[in-house]
Amino acid sequence: MNTSAVKVIYKYEMLRAWDTLLQSFASPVLSTSLYFVVFGSAIGSRIEQVEGVPYGLFIVPGLMMLALLTQSISNASFGIYFPKFTGTIYEVMSAPVSFLEILLGYVGAAATKSLIIGLIILATAGFFVPLQIAHPLWMMAFLVLTCISFSLFGFIIGLWADNFEKLQLIPLLVITPLVFLGGSFYSVSMLPPAWQTVTLFNPVVYLISGFRWSFFEVSDVSVGLSLLMVLVFLAACLLVVWWMFRTGYRLRQ
Amino acid sequence: MPSIVSVSNLSKTYAGGHRALKDVTLDIAAGEILALLGPNGAGKTTLISIICGIVNASSGSVTVAGHDIVADYRATRSMIGLVPQELTLGAFDTVWNTLCFSRGLFGHKPDPAYLEQLLRDLSLWEKKDSELMTLSGGMKRRVLIGKALSHQPSVLFLDEPTAGVDVELRKDMWALVRRLRESGVTIILTTHYIEEAEAIADRVGVINDGELLLVDDKLALMHKLGKRQLIVELEEAVGVVPDALGPWALDLSADGSRLTYTYDPRNTHTGISGLLQAIREAGLLLKDLKTTQSSLEDIFVNLVNTKQ
Repeated sequence: MNTSAVKVIYKYEMLRAWDTLLQSFASPVLSTSLYFVVFGSAIGSRIEQVEGVPYGLFIVPGLMMLALLTQSISNASFGIYFPKFTGTIYEVMSAPVSFLEILLGYVGAAATKSLIIGLIILATAGFFVPLQIAHPLWMMAFLVLTCISFSLFGFIIGLWADNFEKLQLIPLLVITPLVFLGGSFYSVSMLPPAWQTVTLFNPVVYLISGFRWSFFEVSDVSVGLSLLMVLVFLAACLLVVWWMFRTGYRLRQ
Repeated sequence: MPSIVSVSNLSKTYAGGHRALKDVTLDIAAGEILALLGPNGAGKTTLISIICGIVNASSGSVTVAGHDIVADYRATRSMIGLVPQELTLGAFDTVWNTLCFSRGLFGHKPDPAYLEQLLRDLSLWEKKDSELMTLSGGMKRRVLIGKALSHQPSVLFLDEPTAGVDVELRKDMWALVRRLRESGVTIILTTHYIEEAEAIADRVGVINDGELLLVDDKLALMHKLGKRQLIVELEEAVGVVPDALGPWALDLSADGSRLTYTYDPRNTHTGISGLLQAIREAGLLLKDLKTTQSSLEDIFVNLVNTKQ
């Protein structure tokens, strides 16, 4: 295994985030703080509790997921799209690196960045509400799995996109609505029965539900199902990436 | 010389149906400088890209030092350095960082002493902490060469290394290529500057429309296909070539003051003595005489035109 290649790609991608520190880390913290002010304090003061959890605290897992999903996709898609766009990808393609090593470098770095952002948001949330995490290990497991899965998904988008518009298309038009409608700010049980059924087709519901369970032991769907859905999504992304690499899709003509 | 790169029956048809390479077979000897000469769109970059692993071949095979480029890509790519045609560099990296990145990518441990020497050889040491976007075009080209050499390859591909480069830098580049060859690196460069091939190559391959028309030793090629011309300048211009000079198939210049005789220098009898005598007998007075050897450019144009 060419571990040195994995290291340099990983380091390069991490340095890129460091160079754009404000955009990479400060911006998610700011937007999360705004959500806390608007939803947690302004609106939350009128909603007492959701399923026994104070509203300000209830939205913490959802907010983290919102940031994790968008940041994972954006970091990973940009990380691979930009060298394609500038042409510098030629060097990676002509180097003695396997696709797994490329993946470990790019997706590993994107997932790490998201994980850091997730933890920063958690710490930020601590300034607004008294945090409680019932199952810290499960919380970390969901966090890491989500970062990896959605970074993989972002990597796929970055490979697929052949212009900047396509790069933004899925995160803006698909992911953001799914996260907002996936129970980030409410419990699915608060919806009318018909909408509850519709919501179950939203894969993000399972993600947020499982993640929220690790905090408060309350969930919309069973935690086992949540975990299964995350693993299925991870496997699906891996399968697509494997196919893309095997066929050289948008990389090797 | 044993061959280090072997290309066998290589063809490439792109998804759009364009046949970029047609059954190309080529052996590149270890330690030589091979120039691949051809017009834009001839298939030069496609050939290089396949050998380096950037483009998949449609059929045929390539080995580098006996290793197949697909089955044993780690071995082959470790041996190859590639300098692409376009100035493709990240904007915000520094010269030093981008070289370290390239070396690591190819699986080599950091070696600051080697990279320092490399940058000094490329006259880039003073710029090691500069961001790439602040460099001139010529410097960027040298950074690309530095990146390609950062992992000490034994085969170096230079895709049009002097495209858009001024004369001085071009000469520097040629000197660098010669130095590299002396250190044992095999160099394959593509160019559409005949002058470049003529100046630095040991062998020349002519490629056009996806076909490798010929590969030969540069001097042998010029000798084999090169014609000589005898140019006769006359004291007084003539309207037509006198009939007596018909057997020599002379070309008369537009102003009637110059006759050109094309001959093959390998023939025992070139016909020059007879021509000079016939000119005198026809009553024409000579002002000057000169001979020229046809250049690679003439050979190239001839080959490409014949094929078309």
